[in-house]
Amino acid sequence: MNTVTNYIKRLFLWELFQGLSVTGRYFFAKKITLQYPEEKTPLSPRFRGHHALRRYPNGEERCIACKLCEAVCPALAITIEAAPREDGTRRTTRYEIDMVKCIFCGFCEESCPTDSIVETNLFEYHGQQRGDLLITKDKLLALGDRLETQIAADRASDAKYR
Amino acid sequence: MQTVIYLVTILLYIIAILVPLMIGVAYLTLAERKIIGYMQVRLGPNRVNIPLPLINKLRGFGQPLADAVKLMFKEIIIPTNSNRFLFVIAPTLAFAPAIAAWAVIPFSEKWVLSDINVGLLYILAMTSLGVYGIILAGWSSNSKYALLSTLRIAAQVVSYEIAMGFALVGVIMAAGSLNLKEIVLAQNGSLLHWYWLPLLPLFVIYFISGVAETNRSPFDVAEGESEIVAGFHVEYSGMLFAIFFLAEYANMILIAALASTMFLGGWLSPFQGLPYLGALTDRVPGVFWLVSKMSIFLLLYLWFRATFPRYRYDQIMRLGWKIFIPITLVWIVVIGLAVLIKLPPWFN
Repeated sequence: MNTVTNYIKRLFLWELFQGLSVTGRYFFAKKITLQYPEEKTPLSPRFRGHHALRRYPNGEERCIACKLCEAVCPALAITIEAAPREDGTRRTTRYEIDMVKCIFCGFCEESCPTDSIVETNLFEYHGQQRGDLLITKDKLLALGDRLETQIAADRASDAKYR
Repeated sequence: MQTVIYLVTILLYIIAILVPLMIGVAYLTLAERKIIGYMQVRLGPNRVNIPLPLINKLRGFGQPLADAVKLMFKEIIIPTNSNRFLFVIAPTLAFAPAIAAWAVIPFSEKWVLSDINVGLLYILAMTSLGVYGIILAGWSSNSKYALLSTLRIAAQVVSYEIAMGFALVGVIMAAGSLNLKEIVLAQNGSLLHWYWLPLLPLFVIYFISGVAETNRSPFDVAEGESEIVAGFHVEYSGMLFAIFFLAEYANMILIAALASTMFLGGWLSPFQGLPYLGALTDRVPGVFWLVSKMSIFLLLYLWFRATFPRYRYDQIMRLGWKIFIPITLVWIVVIGLAVLIKLPPWFN
């Protein structure tokens, strides 16, 4: 009996019609497309995007050139050179992140003892020439200054889980 | 002088057929992307507008134009070890039969370019010729994937041509003519006089074989993106690729036109013979009905593509040889008996 019904079902393409009805129903379903430049998805406070270097509220840069981030970076994207400043504190003279190498793992941020290097929620950036994505210390600091409110808010909202 | 006038009128007729056909092909690509998008809960192309009054609100309406311009500016790459001559001529060989077959399609009672008595035979010849372009393309590009695709397509098209031919034998027996116009006129009467009813199995088999003949999903093993990249047109780029694309879509429209001509009464109105609607829609030109019927088949083509996964190769062969051919053979006998006893309302 079962073989007969199966045979009849196959002959009359029963399952194919079932499949067609599924796509037919979805044809009229509400579309979930996000119209990207006009609409954007909400981002998590833990989102790992473009890097930035932060400063203390008094304007002093946080980075103490401990080179932990350089050491932990699995993609070897970070290059740091350090020297004492005039006032005797240890500071970086060169802090570069090669965004072409970076894999956005967030280890640099995890390893940073002063919360200096952070990954912001900025992901819309591009380079038009070779070298555009080699981000220098000036650019990182400038970006940190620009996005400081957002960075601080994201860190504050995630603080209790850390 | 008379010859010149004759040739010029024929040329104008050809233009009158080809221009709407090409526009149809262009917008079929858009319809495909839109409909499949909608079935996958996406929106499909909706950015390129044509900045003209009336149509500038139709989102994505300029997409075919943008695609055409893009393809025209692409470089045509010819593989070093290919057979250059065949490589360049193959897209044309695929495209020309798809267009040439339109010569015998009747758009309404008087609108047919060449009203020949062996129209159906000509159609069969033309649709079979199209595959040579594809086979040559696959062979001449000297690529292993293209060659694999060629082998697949040759076997597939041969198998389904038989089922398709048998389905058409049923139509020929029912109509008693090979002339497409007379086939349509034999279905005159009403919606129930059309051949889709007495020839229902042949109708279904014809359309499915048509899908297989045009290498559309779920029978698109010749393209098989996931296994042999793009099949016979892996090595093609730019306009040469675009011509293959045009040929595929022109073939789809052709199969739709043939299915509606032979099984759904061609240009005949579906409301024929009904008390009120029949008189009301009497003035509607036959082309309108033909195009509406074709749209149904084209929608089915796209619907299939959005729904079904690709058949495995041995399943395709099994379907063609062990299911379609026996069913068509049986139904030809049934039709023969029906014609013999002049079964009303179709064969009296």
